[in-house]
Amino acid sequence: MSEEVDHSRRRLLTAATVGTGVIGVAFAAIPFLASWKPSARAKALGAPVEVDASKLEAGQMLKVVWRGQAVFVVRRVKGVVDQLGGHDDMLADPKSDDSLQPEYIKASGAARARNPEYWVGLAVCTHLGCSPLGAFQPNDSFQVAGADLGANWPGGFYCPCHGSKYDLSGRVFKSMPAPKNLTVPPYAIGANTRIVIGVDDASKPVS
Amino acid sequence: MAAAPESAGTGKGLIGWIDERFPLTKLWNDHVAEYYAPKNFNFWYFFGALSLVVLANQIVTGIFLTMSYKPSAAEAFASVEYIMRDVEWGWLIRYMHSTGASAFFIVVYLHMFRALLYGSHRKPRELVWIFGCLIFLLLMAEAFMGYVLPWGNMSYWGAQVIVSLFSSLPIVGGTLVEWIRGDYNIADPTLNRFFALHVAALPLALVFLVLAHIMALHEVGSNNPDGIDIKKYKDDKGHPLDGIPFHPYYTVKDTLGVAGFLLIFAAVIFFAPNFFGLFLESPNFEPANPLQTPPDITPVWYFTPFYAMLRAIPSAFGTQVWGVMVMGAAIVVLFFVPWLDRSPVRSIRYKGPIYKVMLAVFSVSFITLAVCGMKPPSGIYPILARICTALYFAFFLLMPWYTKFDSVKPEPERVTGHA
Repeated sequence: MSEEVDHSRRRLLTAATVGTGVIGVAFAAIPFLASWKPSARAKALGAPVEVDASKLEAGQMLKVVWRGQAVFVVRRVKGVVDQLGGHDDMLADPKSDDSLQPEYIKASGAARARNPEYWVGLAVCTHLGCSPLGAFQPNDSFQVAGADLGANWPGGFYCPCHGSKYDLSGRVFKSMPAPKNLTVPPYAIGANTRIVIGVDDASKPVS
Repeated sequence: MAAAPESAGTGKGLIGWIDERFPLTKLWNDHVAEYYAPKNFNFWYFFGALSLVVLANQIVTGIFLTMSYKPSAAEAFASVEYIMRDVEWGWLIRYMHSTGASAFFIVVYLHMFRALLYGSHRKPRELVWIFGCLIFLLLMAEAFMGYVLPWGNMSYWGAQVIVSLFSSLPIVGGTLVEWIRGDYNIADPTLNRFFALHVAALPLALVFLVLAHIMALHEVGSNNPDGIDIKKYKDDKGHPLDGIPFHPYYTVKDTLGVAGFLLIFAAVIFFAPNFFGLFLESPNFEPANPLQTPPDITPVWYFTPFYAMLRAIPSAFGTQVWGVMVMGAAIVVLFFVPWLDRSPVRSIRYKGPIYKVMLAVFSVSFITLAVCGMKPPSGIYPILARICTALYFAFFLLMPWYTKFDSVKPEPERVTGHA
C-alpha cells in the first residue's frame, strides 16, 4: 500500500459525503417547512358556511365569515343589475379573464353571480387584502379616507387603504392599485335563498 | 519541582488564570482599551453606540414582556391590556419597548445618514456597510412582527397588507402566502409563529449580525468626519497619531450621548408614549376585527417611506408586483452604495456641490415619502410620492456619474479640528 495520498479519491469521497449530507439536510428541512402549512384544525375550520339571505332587503349587504375571511352578500336593486354591463369600457378586466372565480360565475358575464340579484364575493381587496367598503350611492364619499367618489360613480365597492374602486359586481376600475376583480368563492344557492359558501352544489350536505 | 510554564503577556490572579484559558484581556484590549478610534468624532458618531443601548433595552424589556404576554389570537389583546393595567410597572416596561422600537429606527436612520455624509461605506468598509444593511432588513422584519403581537385592529390589517405583498409574486404567490399565514387568513397560527420569530429567531440573528458588524469595523478601523485614513501616521508604538483609545475616551463621550438620549427617551415614555399616534396608532387600541379594516390604514412611521413607494406604483399587466418590486429595490439598492459611489474622496467635507445637492434632495424626498405614506392615497399625495420615489432612486442610480464628475477639494493629510 502506497504512503501517497490519493487526492482524486479523497476529492470524490469528500464530494460524495457533502452531497449525501446536503440531501439529508434537505429532507430534514421538510417537516420544519411543512409545519407552517395550514394545520388539520385550520383546514377543518375552513368548512362551508350557510347564509340565510331571504331577509336581505334590496340594497342591503351582509358580511359573513368563511375560512376566517369576510364574504360580501349583496342584494342588488333590480335597476342596478340591468345597468351592470353599461360601463365595461371603464373597467380593467370587464370579462373577469384575469380574475379568480368559479367557471359558472365567469360565464354569467357582467352580473358575476348565480342569481343576478344576489352578489357574493370575498371582502378582500385584490391589492393588499384590505376589506373594501360598500359604496352603493352615486354621491357616496368617505370623509375619513379623504376620497370623494364623484357624481359619475355607478355604485360599488371602495377600498379605503389604497383607493381601489370596484363596481357592484366586484369588477375593478381602470388605473387602480388593485390588479384584479374581487374574488368570488365557490357557492351555491339552495331553496329559500339559502346561500352555501364553499361548495359548488347546494344539494350536498354541509359537513 | 519545575515552575509552572508561564505564558507570555498574562497577568496574575483571577484575570491571569482566565487569560490562560480564555482571551479575556485580549478581547478587552482589541475591541475597547486599545482600539484606536479617530480623535475627531463629532455628534454623528453617537448613533452607533446608541443603537447598542436601544438593542439592549429591547432585549431586556422584551424578555419581561414575554413573561405576561399570551401569543394566541384569543388572549393576546387582553394580555397586553393586562400588562398595561394589572402587572406592576407593566405599563413602563411595555412603553419602554414600544418607544424603543421607534427610537431604534431614529438612531439607525441617523447612523446610516452619517455613513452617507462621511463615506463610511467606502473601501475598505464595504462589509461593515453590508452587515449594517442586513441588520436594517432584519430590524424591519423584527419591528413588523412585533407590531402584530398586540393583536389590535391595526396589527391585524397591517399583517394582512404586508403578508399579501408576497401574493403578488407570480405562480408561487398564493401558496407562499398560505404557508406564511398557516391558515386561509391572518389567524392564530400566524400570530403564534410571528411571536416565535420575534422573540427567538430574529433577535438571535440580529445579535449575531451586530457582532459581525462590530468585528468587521474593528478589523479595518473607524472612518471619521474627514474620511481620511488615520493609519498613515503612527507613533513609535505603532498607534495612529490621530487615534485615541476607545476606552476611556469614547466610552466616556458615548456615556454623555447616552445620557442625552435617555433624557429624550424618558420624556417620550412618560409624557407622550403614543407620540401623537405615530409610535402607537389609535386603531390598535381596539381588538383585531377580521371584518373591518381601519378607515385609515397606515404602517408605523418608520415604514411609511417604503409604503409610499409601494402605493405610488399602479398595477399593470394584471399584477401589482411592480410596486412590491420598487419597494424591495429601495432596500436592495442600499447594499450597492459602496460601489455606486465613485468619488475620489470619502467625506462630504471634500466633496463637490453636486453631491451636497443630491444628498439634500434625497433627504427631503425620504421625509416627504414618509409623510405621503401616512396620508390617504388621494389628492396631491400619490403624485408627490411618485416624484419622490424617482428622486430616491436617482440619488443612488445616478451616483456613479455625479460622484465621478463632481469637483472635489483636496483632503488634508491629518484630521482637522482637533490639532
